[in-house]
Amino acid sequence: MSRLKTLARREAGLPPLAGGHSLCQGCGIPAVVRTVLGSFDRPVVVVNATGCLEVATTRFPTTAWNVPWVHVAFENAAAVASGVDAAKRALRRRNALPEDQEPAVVVFAGDGGTYDIGLQALSGALERGHRFLFVCYDNEAYMNTGIQRSGATPFGASTTTSPSGLESLGKAQQRKDMTAIAIAHHVPYVAQAAGSHWQDLSEKVERAAAADGPAFLNVLTNCPLGWGHEPRIGIQVLDAAVETCFWPLYEVVDGRFRLTYEPEEMLPIEEWLRPQARFAHLLGPENTDVVAGIQRQVEDDWEALRSRCRESDRPMSRSEI
Amino acid sequence: MSSLTPWQALPHAGAVDASSAVRPETGSWRTGLKPQVELASCVNCLLCWIYCPDSAVKLDGVTFDGFDLDHCKGCEICAEICPVDAITMVPEERAS
Amino acid sequence: MSVRDLQLLTGGEAVAEAMRQIDPDVVPVYPITPQTPIIQTFAKFVADGAAHGELVDVESEHSAMSAAIGSALAGARTMTATSSQGLALMAEVVYIAAAMRAPIVMALGNRALSGPINIHCDHSDSMLIRDSGVVQLFAENAQEAYDLTVLGTRLAERREVMLPVLVCQDGFTITHSAEPVALLADTAVRQFVGDYAIPHPLLERGHPATHGPFAMPDYYFELRRQQIAALEAVLDALPEVALEYEQLSGRGYGLLEPYRLDDAERVLVALGSATGTIKDAVDELRDAGEPVGLVKIVSFRPFPAAALAELLRDVPSVIVLDRAASPGGAAPLRAEVASALSGEGTRVEGHVYGLGGRDLHPEDVRDVFARRVGDYVGLRGEPCPV
Repeated sequence: MSRLKTLARREAGLPPLAGGHSLCQGCGIPAVVRTVLGSFDRPVVVVNATGCLEVATTRFPTTAWNVPWVHVAFENAAAVASGVDAAKRALRRRNALPEDQEPAVVVFAGDGGTYDIGLQALSGALERGHRFLFVCYDNEAYMNTGIQRSGATPFGASTTTSPSGLESLGKAQQRKDMTAIAIAHHVPYVAQAAGSHWQDLSEKVERAAAADGPAFLNVLTNCPLGWGHEPRIGIQVLDAAVETCFWPLYEVVDGRFRLTYEPEEMLPIEEWLRPQARFAHLLGPENTDVVAGIQRQVEDDWEALRSRCRESDRPMSRSEI
Repeated sequence: MSSLTPWQALPHAGAVDASSAVRPETGSWRTGLKPQVELASCVNCLLCWIYCPDSAVKLDGVTFDGFDLDHCKGCEICAEICPVDAITMVPEERAS
Repeated sequence: MSVRDLQLLTGGEAVAEAMRQIDPDVVPVYPITPQTPIIQTFAKFVADGAAHGELVDVESEHSAMSAAIGSALAGARTMTATSSQGLALMAEVVYIAAAMRAPIVMALGNRALSGPINIHCDHSDSMLIRDSGVVQLFAENAQEAYDLTVLGTRLAERREVMLPVLVCQDGFTITHSAEPVALLADTAVRQFVGDYAIPHPLLERGHPATHGPFAMPDYYFELRRQQIAALEAVLDALPEVALEYEQLSGRGYGLLEPYRLDDAERVLVALGSATGTIKDAVDELRDAGEPVGLVKIVSFRPFPAAALAELLRDVPSVIVLDRAASPGGAAPLRAEVASALSGEGTRVEGHVYGLGGRDLHPEDVRDVFARRVGDYVGLRGEPCPV
């Protein structure tokens, strides 16, 4: 049976995340959530940070979730997950948790709840080695509060707190490399994925789920409102991020880097910028040098990543990771 | 619980039981177009199913079985992503 | 019980012993003076196999309470400890723990809030979260800190309560001072606290639920009212649990403790270790024929307003000693007492004492009873009535 049909069969009857929520028309988050949860072959407990996904799916007395689900606050999803993981260990030790009932702990947080306000709790949880999967649905800004810039917002993007204007080109800083931060915690599994590449994401979830310790997935996720594109072309926009090498798809297993997708040809960065209104101000003739700078940065980062992947083909010492 | 409830009748800690939760119908979000499929062309790839943000592609087992118009918000992703162009957006009949 | 059954323990050690005997499933810990001896002592118990739960060395107090919620709602008995800035940092999560009805028991080593930074005792940390919806019990000494921890665990998990319980003991004065403490037998404590059970734990199969919803104005008010009712239920639940505890230990507890109120004309009301000092001063003054007394508040939240009014409505003068200020307003304990006695004929006054660990001496208490102090007890530069 094909992978997608396997996911479909698992979802049959009672999907973990059903319709009836108030996420935007064309929101990229549910595809990520359904792909992730559908790729588990055992029960899950979902820990959700404050944000679009949490708010739009759980307005009391409704819920769109059919799995055990908990939300506490914005910055502490990884800490809450640590508590659930510790509870599992404690209950297992005193034989209060039969093995066939042990759920996996899965965290969903946006980029705000991962890169910025959530960074401390995530770092602590990764360092302590809890067994959980942390999925960041990275749409590159605080979308739920109305499109404000985050540490994940790319250079040059216009947001409400980094607006482009007569004297501004949008966000003046480069975004954090959150995937690299996770890798630096020396956890068993880290990967970058995209909402457009469901199969790549699903395979990564399987490997993450098998990891004996923390796993981190950074998943590029589109936001029609925040990015400024028609809802219907969301997948194509994400695809452009991958094909321009703006958002490489790769994984790091026990410190070894591997590209999971390599474009046949690196498309020019304009293919990623042009479909999104948040970058429109960059595309005039007066800003060709700015766009050229972005192109160079993408190429440098891509080369550095490929170099790490090549290195991973040979044995490495821990200090090199 | 489908009407406004006095505090004594609320669930403990506001925790909502999945089996008895209220499930809103979001089909009213559509603004005049709905998805329609040419079944003969459908190859049952299920891409529309996984990408639909509202889980509004119905399946019979693992076979495409139409759209859940009570929840479809009309985003058109299914029409855009279908690899054989079996899905188009068509005007909805308006209730008078 | 003989002297041989007593152990010389600090308040911190006594609470750690209670935790060892309760043997919780999960204990998230983060250090801060003066509660650190609690978690260090407990960590050694775990390392030596005397306690069996999961010790989670979190990276901040905010994460300690967050992990505690995750664990408690997952289905595991959970305890932790903090003080001062740690409580302030985790404050938002304390409110949420109460709202999510997580029956976490937390030891609080009462310490002054910054600034300036100060590691000594006052009650400003407790007062910061007085509106959070958690239970707050105050110990007079190490024995009480031990007893209230055991009793508090049972109270937290009562079905009609299901709230976090803070067992408060004065930083350094109790946490670091050794005194004779009578411990119950390990088995007696295990039996008293029983098995942990909450509705629909996250790790239970078959009944998935959504915990921690988003609520609009159409439901938030009712959800909060439900929570308030749970805290009010402690007014009945605590005396019941305390009665069972008395049968086990021989030591009785209640929402408050009256001390020598017979024909009292002037009564102090206070929290924490100062009540021990006040009892000594009351005894001395009584020996000299002075009609004075004390009401020690054990449960600050929920505040036993009705019980207090019952005791004090015919007392001419009530003087409240607050170990916290509320700048620009009425000090917290005084506000509660005045509210409880409003409409009665009692005259209620108050003083602030002991901020940042400034000691309260027996002579200070005598000065209070004799009306020889100003608004702030022992404060340099403070005008005093002559």
